[in-house]
Amino acid sequence: MSEKKPSLWLRIYSFMVYGFIYAPILILIIFSFNTQKLNVRWEGFTLEWYKVLFNDAQIFLATRNTLLIAFISTLVATIIGTMAALAMHRYRFPLYNTSETVMYIPIVIPEVVMGISLLVFFVMINFTLGLTTITLSHIAFNIPFVALVVRARLHGYDRAIDEAAMDLGANELVTFWRVTLPTIMPGVLSGAMLALTLSLDDYVITYFTAGPGSTTLPLRVFSMVKTAVTPEINALSTIWVLIIFVLLVFGQIAQRKKA
Amino acid sequence: MITEQAGEKQKNRFSLTRLIRENSRAQGFFLISPANIYLFLLVVLPLILVTILSFLSRGTYGQVVYKFNLTNYTRLFNELYGKVMVFSLGIGLGTTLICLLVGYPLSYFLARAPVRQRSLLLFLILLPFWTNFIIRIFAWMIILRSGGILDSLLQWLHITNAPLNLLYTPTAVLIGMVYEFLPFMVLPLYTSLEKIENSLLEAAADLGAPPWKAFIRVTLPLSVPGMVAGTILTFIPAMGMFVVPDILGGAKTILIGNVIRNQFLTARDWPFGAAASMILMVMTMALTLYYTRKAGFGEELLL
Repeated sequence: MSEKKPSLWLRIYSFMVYGFIYAPILILIIFSFNTQKLNVRWEGFTLEWYKVLFNDAQIFLATRNTLLIAFISTLVATIIGTMAALAMHRYRFPLYNTSETVMYIPIVIPEVVMGISLLVFFVMINFTLGLTTITLSHIAFNIPFVALVVRARLHGYDRAIDEAAMDLGANELVTFWRVTLPTIMPGVLSGAMLALTLSLDDYVITYFTAGPGSTTLPLRVFSMVKTAVTPEINALSTIWVLIIFVLLVFGQIAQRKKA
Repeated sequence: MITEQAGEKQKNRFSLTRLIRENSRAQGFFLISPANIYLFLLVVLPLILVTILSFLSRGTYGQVVYKFNLTNYTRLFNELYGKVMVFSLGIGLGTTLICLLVGYPLSYFLARAPVRQRSLLLFLILLPFWTNFIIRIFAWMIILRSGGILDSLLQWLHITNAPLNLLYTPTAVLIGMVYEFLPFMVLPLYTSLEKIENSLLEAAADLGAPPWKAFIRVTLPLSVPGMVAGTILTFIPAMGMFVVPDILGGAKTILIGNVIRNQFLTARDWPFGAAASMILMVMTMALTLYYTRKAGFGEELLL
């Protein structure tokens, strides 16, 4: 589609939807500099809430936990998910359809059901809830998403270049490391990015699989929201939003330069 | 002699490729195994456990009693939980419908935008959703709060003259859910709208169809796969949601997701919570299957 430009009404409407999408984030940022504690009316500029935030030991701990879980689960899920994507794309093997169905389960069942089922599982096998159970669970919901993204990227992959490498004397392993992997790397990286984002963002599954001392940022923010709403949450949100925005915008620029 | 050697080499290569081909099933199986084993242990097995659990019962101290019965399910079919289920279904369907109505014109706008601007415009829609989910819902809490930003704005514009008291109502839940799931609707819709060839619309115009008719007879039917995919991607997570009602809905807005959460973490009646989870799963799956059968499966679901 294209050619005909969107009409004025459509453009005004879309502009309003963009407003709806951005308003909450902008309001959060503005009110993080507000002297008033209740987030209701603008009273004056202050950096007080950032000071409070940086002296908050619990936030520091939660940030460390969140990053640790996100990095480990992304790494493991990317390896297992990429292997699975290669298998599904290139090979026919026993239980192919079953494997494919199982891959879709974490994507199609409601998150709360996956959360409670993991809780039941860990409790039944007497596994102490904590950072390990959260990480194991994040790997479980990330594998299918990585596999899905990598598989989509494999769609146009020309196996002739693999065959050429092997004709030139490279064995399967060398061909994989020197030819296949570099070619599918963009897909693997976007799969890993998705896994990282899902893990950083996850509240529901983490909530059910967390134990004492394994609070993550989303869990911490939730309990702050439920107990006492202070602009400290706004300050935290602002920093979070800024980091994500900077990373994404740089990612986009890098991608465009490559293309 | 030379040709003989070449022939031998040829034979060797043939046997090598044959070997790989013969082993290829084994290779594939080796590559898929880690995912299969992992997902069996942490997804399939836990779901089987929950299914079994839903037929057991709770002891006096919250422990699980291993005695098969159906009471958890019969308990769910009373007026109180019936209302919760109908309400959840209403919120789920309402969220999906509003997302479709709000998202369709936006996706249409994106598909019609100049090619060079499209990816930027799409990126701008997705950007806020990379921030944290709880943070976004919290933002709506401070907007909708009584005497909060929305109230001040509406009073300043003289549209209302008293607080709307929107926070802690089903409307607030609906607003939060639509905000949260809009991208899930827009992305597949945009993908299918973008694929429509302009020549089709030109042909419709040449044959005398006014633009509105071309839209209804050409564009709309061709965007059905996107609508199906978007609807499923919105409806499934909306049905299981308990965080948005927790923050924006207050004590009165209880969805089936909240019931499940409460049974597992506060009431500690796991078998009953498991039964509620089974009902939620069956309900979502049944509706999704019925819908995909009726409307055809959306390929965009995979992208």
